[in-house]
Parts: sequence; structure tokens; C-alpha cells
Amino acid sequence: MSGNGVTSVEIKNLDLSFGAVDVLKGLNLSVNEGEFLVLLGSSGCGKSTLLNCIAGLLDVTGGQVFIKGRNVTWAEPSERGIGMVFQSYALYPQMSVEGNMSFGLKNARVPKTEIKERVARAADILQIEPLLKRKPSALSGGQRQRVAIGRALVRDVDVFLFDEPLSNLDAKLRADLRVELKQLHDRLDNTMIYVTHDQVEAMTLADRIAIMKDGIIQQLASPGEIYSRPANLYVADFIGSPAMNLQQGKVENGRFLAGEISIPLDSYSFEREAKGEVWFGIRPEHVLVGEEAAGADFELTVKAEVVEPLGSDTLVLTSVNGKRFWLRISGQSKVASGDSLHAGVNAADASLFDAGDEERL
Amino acid sequence: MAKIAAIPMILTALCVFVGGTLWTVVYSFTSSKLLPKAKWVGLDQYERLWNTNRWIVSIENLMIYGICSLVFSLVIGFVLAALLDQKIRFENTFRTIILYPFALSFIVTGLVWQWILNPDFGVQNIVRSLGWASFEFDPLYNQDIVIYGILIAGLWQGTGLIMVLMLAGLRGIDQEIWKAARVDGIPTWKTYIFIVIPMMRPVFITTLVLIASGIVRVFDLVVAQTSGGPGIASEVPAKYVYDTMFLRQNLAQGFAASTMMLLAVAIVIIPWAYLEFGSRKRD
Amino acid sequence: MTEAIAGFEGAHGPKPRRTFSRRNIFLYGTLIMVALYYMLPLYVMIVTSLKGMPEIRLGNIFAPPVEITFEPWVKAWAEACTGLNCDGLSRGFWNSVRITIPSVIVSIAIASVNGYALANWRFKGANVFFTILIFGAFIPYQVMLYPIVILLREIGLYGTLWGLVIVHSIFGMPILTLLFRNYFTSLPEELFKAARVDGAGFWGIYFQIMLPMSLPIFVVAMILQVTGIWNDFLFGVVYTKPDIYPMTVQLNNIVNSVQGVKEYNVNMAATILTGLVPLVIYFVSGRLFVRGIAAGAVKG
Repeated sequence: MSGNGVTSVEIKNLDLSFGAVDVLKGLNLSVNEGEFLVLLGSSGCGKSTLLNCIAGLLDVTGGQVFIKGRNVTWAEPSERGIGMVFQSYALYPQMSVEGNMSFGLKNARVPKTEIKERVARAADILQIEPLLKRKPSALSGGQRQRVAIGRALVRDVDVFLFDEPLSNLDAKLRADLRVELKQLHDRLDNTMIYVTHDQVEAMTLADRIAIMKDGIIQQLASPGEIYSRPANLYVADFIGSPAMNLQQGKVENGRFLAGEISIPLDSYSFEREAKGEVWFGIRPEHVLVGEEAAGADFELTVKAEVVEPLGSDTLVLTSVNGKRFWLRISGQSKVASGDSLHAGVNAADASLFDAGDEERL
Repeated sequence: MAKIAAIPMILTALCVFVGGTLWTVVYSFTSSKLLPKAKWVGLDQYERLWNTNRWIVSIENLMIYGICSLVFSLVIGFVLAALLDQKIRFENTFRTIILYPFALSFIVTGLVWQWILNPDFGVQNIVRSLGWASFEFDPLYNQDIVIYGILIAGLWQGTGLIMVLMLAGLRGIDQEIWKAARVDGIPTWKTYIFIVIPMMRPVFITTLVLIASGIVRVFDLVVAQTSGGPGIASEVPAKYVYDTMFLRQNLAQGFAASTMMLLAVAIVIIPWAYLEFGSRKRD
Repeated sequence: MTEAIAGFEGAHGPKPRRTFSRRNIFLYGTLIMVALYYMLPLYVMIVTSLKGMPEIRLGNIFAPPVEITFEPWVKAWAEACTGLNCDGLSRGFWNSVRITIPSVIVSIAIASVNGYALANWRFKGANVFFTILIFGAFIPYQVMLYPIVILLREIGLYGTLWGLVIVHSIFGMPILTLLFRNYFTSLPEELFKAARVDGAGFWGIYFQIMLPMSLPIFVVAMILQVTGIWNDFLFGVVYTKPDIYPMTVQLNNIVNSVQGVKEYNVNMAATILTGLVPLVIYFVSGRLFVRGIAAGAVKG
């Protein structure tokens, strides 16, 4: 985790409702100085709403927002020391790139020479000097998004807020800008809060990811932790593509039992005691295949139903207990549909969830 | 089959819009009186037209009415739309009230305002009865300001439409632009003037064309409100054409006047069409 | 995660807003004044029409009636004189009904087929005709008034009700065609293609596929046309004879006729009666009306 442990943005007991609809419920979150935090979730989970509350673009219903230790709950967005980048770029179309970047500063009566310096610096960082005189309509999507970042950059703020900034770009450009954003963060070391529904963006950019659902943070942890130790069934199912293989069954005498499978759980580190019905989950890449499967906690034979070669690796769809069971194997292996595969599962790689509250066991 | 089904459209386009227009233009060079006759007199009708006081007054009135109604309806329409766009309560009620006159005919509009502006019973009488005995406001009976009396009625009838169009334009602006401006700390009025209005240029242009083509047509309003009077002080070109052709049986003179109207419209429409369709091709 | 927070220090919850902030007073104050101004003529019309003439002569046009009388309404409807006859506005009302109904049906029928042909069949030259049509919408009516007189006279319909129906269909065509064309273009094209693959023809697709999907746009077009045709004055006065004058023309003749004593209350009752049909349509249709004028205006 980067940063020095100082809190940059702190949210206390935040509530937000539109009329009778509660979007955020008693939400607490603290973001460290210099941290890159990603708010991840499917649409309607409240992630953008949360970001707008931090920015001050939405009036909260209850609770507080602190930025750098200052209570900004009632402060105007421009007084909060934040810069924001939007999905639609939201550039002022009738102004040049330079005009876009300097308009807010001019309005705040920043001296002209300083405006010039700041714009030049931002343009240098983002490598958009040749574009300064152009209108946004003469820019490509990637360039526009760079200008939008520049507009936030010249404000010399402590916290950057990104509202799905890459969703309007095509896949290749998205990957390029993702890398640039990461480099920008390494260089500036500002606090960044980034909203996205794209898990690849979240995994690659974040120091920590907050996965949201129905206005509640489901898990707040590093990408690695979220991937390997999802806090609940929702997170387990949400992260990863294809999703984690899940089987419902029960735990008896230290074994997970479900139909044709019976897995010893001696190597699994429980967080709490397992009782009754549970979900057993294992990621496709953690299922061992072929010779590697020998000696695993539990071995089984599965039949390949669909083979999806992706180049670097190959996905194989099989079924266990009549449920879909994905395997991810090396792209080199030659498997055809109809082949029988020897597979193995180690309990240490798995995740177990209570079937009742769906929390991790 | 599609072509057969479109025959009414083709006939209308060719026979009425193109054919009719050409016919009128051609016959404006004749001396037709009661019936159209192909007896050519060159530009005589136009010369007579521009030497007719009544026509000159019509043109002057149209200019005053046109410029004022353009400026006022754009400004008032935009301001009202901006006020309605402030996430206010009862937005629908306000909009319904401001737009309802647009559903009424110009005849009804003209007659109501004729009554309200009646000096013996209306506004003037009321202000006088409040104690200001010398107050004078009788636009419909004063040659110098009669056109403003018509303007008041015209604006009452038409501003609602402009407001609705402007409101649609405002609603079409990306909400994130507003958010960006708030984060930048730009006050609302500045956001409107420097960001939103420039972004609404297409809406302003279409509205402008719409108002302009409506102005040239002003006819019923004048007929109902003043019948062109007092004297000829509130004559307008559309009424001049109608009167000349159907009341004074001076067809060719009417054709010449309507050709001038066509010319005026063309001056507004052609540059607009050029901009509109020209830019579309470039995109 | 932070521990549960015991007490809130400083600002928390929604930003306190006063209901009577200076901004709100200005905003609602202005809007209420404007709304009152716009309501005023309607109010004056109604109030005047309910007063007797003596009360009008003495009083103030804004004052509510002391003694409500419906006599002006009866008189306006059944007895008012136009100079030609004295049977009130009822004649004009029924004339307008007889003009409006066929005009609305014919003009919408033609324009919807036009729009459909333009949107889905794109025959050769379609765009040329369509462009002419749209430009035609801007040509001042005065330019085409007399040529149409000649055309109608040639086919023997000048001065008749059906002549006026044709005129309304012609001048309603540009905006209605545009309205329908845009609507049909917005429907998924696959639908049209699928129907063609299934062997449906021009009329088959129109009646079985397009019509059932287009109810809203037909309602919009109807609102547009009923108000437009009901409110028309110019065409009514040019292309019809006095015995079939529409209501607007008759109203103008009643109010602006020079002979006799001016009966302002009757005039106002007559004015309201004439404005009643479009007003009712406007208040009942609400959003659809707005949609109609916006669609007709922005793209016209």
C-alpha cells in the first residue's frame, strides 16, 4: 500500500437518498494520502454517487466528508481542493485547449503569469503542448481525455476524482491511457479516487479497491487480496472472468461434500467455523489439469464441452454436478471438445462462503 | 408503388411550391388587374410598389416589428427557459401557463389585446382611475406606436414557443459540463454566458429562422387587432398583398409585393440552409 | 475502516438551505409575475364575458363581475351579427368542425404515407422532392395564394369546403411529412426488412407494421393539425365563401364589424368560444402538444 498513512479523504456515516430511494447507507471510507483508490461496481451500485458526494456535486443526506482533515461537507466543489475528470470529458467546446485549462483559474483571479506556468507544466506532463490552440472538436477521444485531465491538473489540487474516464474510448486506447494514468499517479503522488465498472482497470490501477453493491462497500482491500480472498460471495462472483466456479454443498467431518465431489478442507484456513450449507469456490486458473492434478486434495475427471482458445491461454468449459465448471489451461495445450481431462483441486486455493449470510468462512 | 403513393407530395412540391412561386414571379411583370393576363410591363409594378406609401409603411412596420420581436422573444424566451431550468418546483405549471397563448389563434390574440389596450376601458383607463390622470397608453389609437401594441400581443402569443425550444436546448447540454464548471468554481451566470450559450448556437439559429419566417407572415394579428389602422399606420406586407389582390383587384401589384416578400425570406433562409447543410457534409 | 463516530463535529448532513433565500425569492417571484402576466388576457376575457354592458362601461376590465350573467355567451353563440346574418358564432363553429375533420384526416393520411415512402422506400428523386417540400414551408403563403386560386378554379373546387381541405393538406404537408419521416426513420430498419423478406408489399407493411407502431406520432400530428387548422384565418378568408367561413373569420367579422353598438362582453364571449377548442386540446394533451411543436419547429 503506498502513501504514508495520513488520511486524505475521509467519509463518515454518509447517507444519500433521492426521495424515498436510499442510494448510500451509512458509508464509511478513508483514503490515504497519495493512494489510488478505485470504486468498483456494476451500474446503479452508488459508486458515481459517492464520487459526486466527495466532489460536492451532490448534497448529502447525512454524514460528513473530510478532505485533508478539513470538514468540507457544506463546501462548494471549487473550495474542496479537488480536480475532477468526467466520462464525457465535459470540455467547454467553444474554447481552445488552453482556454479550457485556464478558464477556472482566470475566474479565481490567479495572476496571468502563474496561469501560463501552470498550463505549460500540465501540458508538458500530459504531452499536449502542440494541441494548446486547438478546439476540443479537433481532438481525438484520447486527446480530449488528456485535456480533461490537464484541466484538473492545473488546479493544483490534492485529490483527483475520476468518473469512468476511459469508458468512452475504444479498447486499445483505453489500455494505453490506463498505463499513462498509472505513470501520472506515480509521478504526481496525489490522492486519486477512480470510479469504474471495468475490473481490469480496477485491478491494474488501484492500490486499494472498494467493491460496492447497493450503496454499501462490500470489500475494501488491495487487488491481490480481493482476488484471492474475496470477502463474500458477491465479490467472489463479481471479480474474475470467467467467474469463480461455485458449488453449493455442506461441510461434514472436515470435508466439503456436494454430489459427486468430496474435498478435504485440512489445508483451508478458516476465518470462522463452517456450519451447515456452504458455497465452495475455486478460480478456473486454480484448477490443476493433467499431470499437475496428481496429488491434489481432490481429483476428478471432467469432460471438455466447449474449448475457447484465447491465445495466451485456453478456457475449457466442463460441468461438475450439472453446473458449469471452467478451467483455464495453457494456450499450448491441445484439448478438443469431448476430451476427458484429469483435474485436481486444492482446498488452499479455494474460498468458502456461508450459504446463509454469504460471508467468507 | 412508393412513387405512386408519393404523387400528392410530388404534385405539391412541383405544381404548388415550385410552379406556383414561379407563376407569381412571372406574372408580377404583367399588368394583370382583375384576372391574370400575360401583358408584359417589365418592372413597372415594382416601381409603383416602391412608390406606394402604404407599402413603405408596411416595410417599416415589418422592420420594427421584426427586429423587436426577434430580440425580445430570444432574450425573454432564453431567460424564462433558464429560470425554468433551475430545478424548480411546479415547472410544468409554469411552462403550461407561459405556453398556452401559443395554442390560440392570432385572431383571438389580436382581439383580446385590442380589448386590454382599449384606452377607454383597458390599461390606460385603469391607471388614470388610480389617480394618474394624464397617463397615456393607447398604442392602438396612436399612429406612432401602434406597431408596438401589435408587438405586445405577438410576443405574448409566441414567446412560450421560444422558451420551450430553448428549454429543450438547455436540457440537451451535457450535465457533466455543469459539473465541470462547478468544480472549476465558475458562477452560474458566467457558465451560461461563456459556456452554455455558445454551445446552444444551433438552437439559437433554428429559433431565429423560425421567428424570422413567422414575422414575414404576420397578417391575422394585424387584421384582428387594428385592421391596419389607425389609417395605414399598422399595415404589414402580408396584408398589403392580400388587400391588393383580393380587395383592390390589382393582381400584378400583389404579385410584385409577394415576390419582394419571397426575396426577403430567401435572404434569411439561403445562408442558413447553406450553413446547416454545408456543415453537415463536412462532418 | 473508521470506528463508529460518536458525535458529529461541525458540518454534517445536507447543507442548510433557507426556503426564502434571496435566490428563491427572485426566481419564484419572477416566474409568478410572468405567469400572472400570461394569465391576464385569459382572465380579462372570462371576466368581461360574464359582465353586463352597463357594468363594463362603468368599471374596470380587471375587476371580477359583480353580477354574473351568461347572456353574452348565449348571444355570442346564437344571435351575434356578422353583417350578413345574425345567427351567431354557432354557424362558424360548425363550419370549422366540417372543415377541420376532413382536413385533419386527409392531411395526415397523405403525410404519413409520404413520410413512410421517404423513410423506408427511398425512391429515385425522393430527396429532391422532400427538399423542395421543406423549403416550401418557408415560402410566404402570399406567394402561392393566387396560383392555388387558379388551380382550385380549374378543378371546380374554388370556394368550396373540399377546396379548403386540399389547401390545408398542401400547407400542412411539409411539417407533417417531416414529422412522420423522422419517426419512421427512428423505427428499427430490420423490422421493415424482415417484413419485406416475408413478402409484404408497400401497403401491407404500411398498414400492418407501421401504423400499429405509430399511434403516438399520429396523436401528435392530430394535435398539431387540429389546432393549426382551427386557428387558420388566411386560407379560410381566401378560399371559402361567406356561408362556409370558419369560426376565426366569423369571429373577426363579428368583433370588427363597424355597424351597431359595440358589445364588448359578447365579443369576449365569442373570442373565448373560438379559442376553446385549441385550449382544451392544449390543456388535455400537455406533453404531446409540446412534443408536436418542438418536432415541427426545431427541424422545420
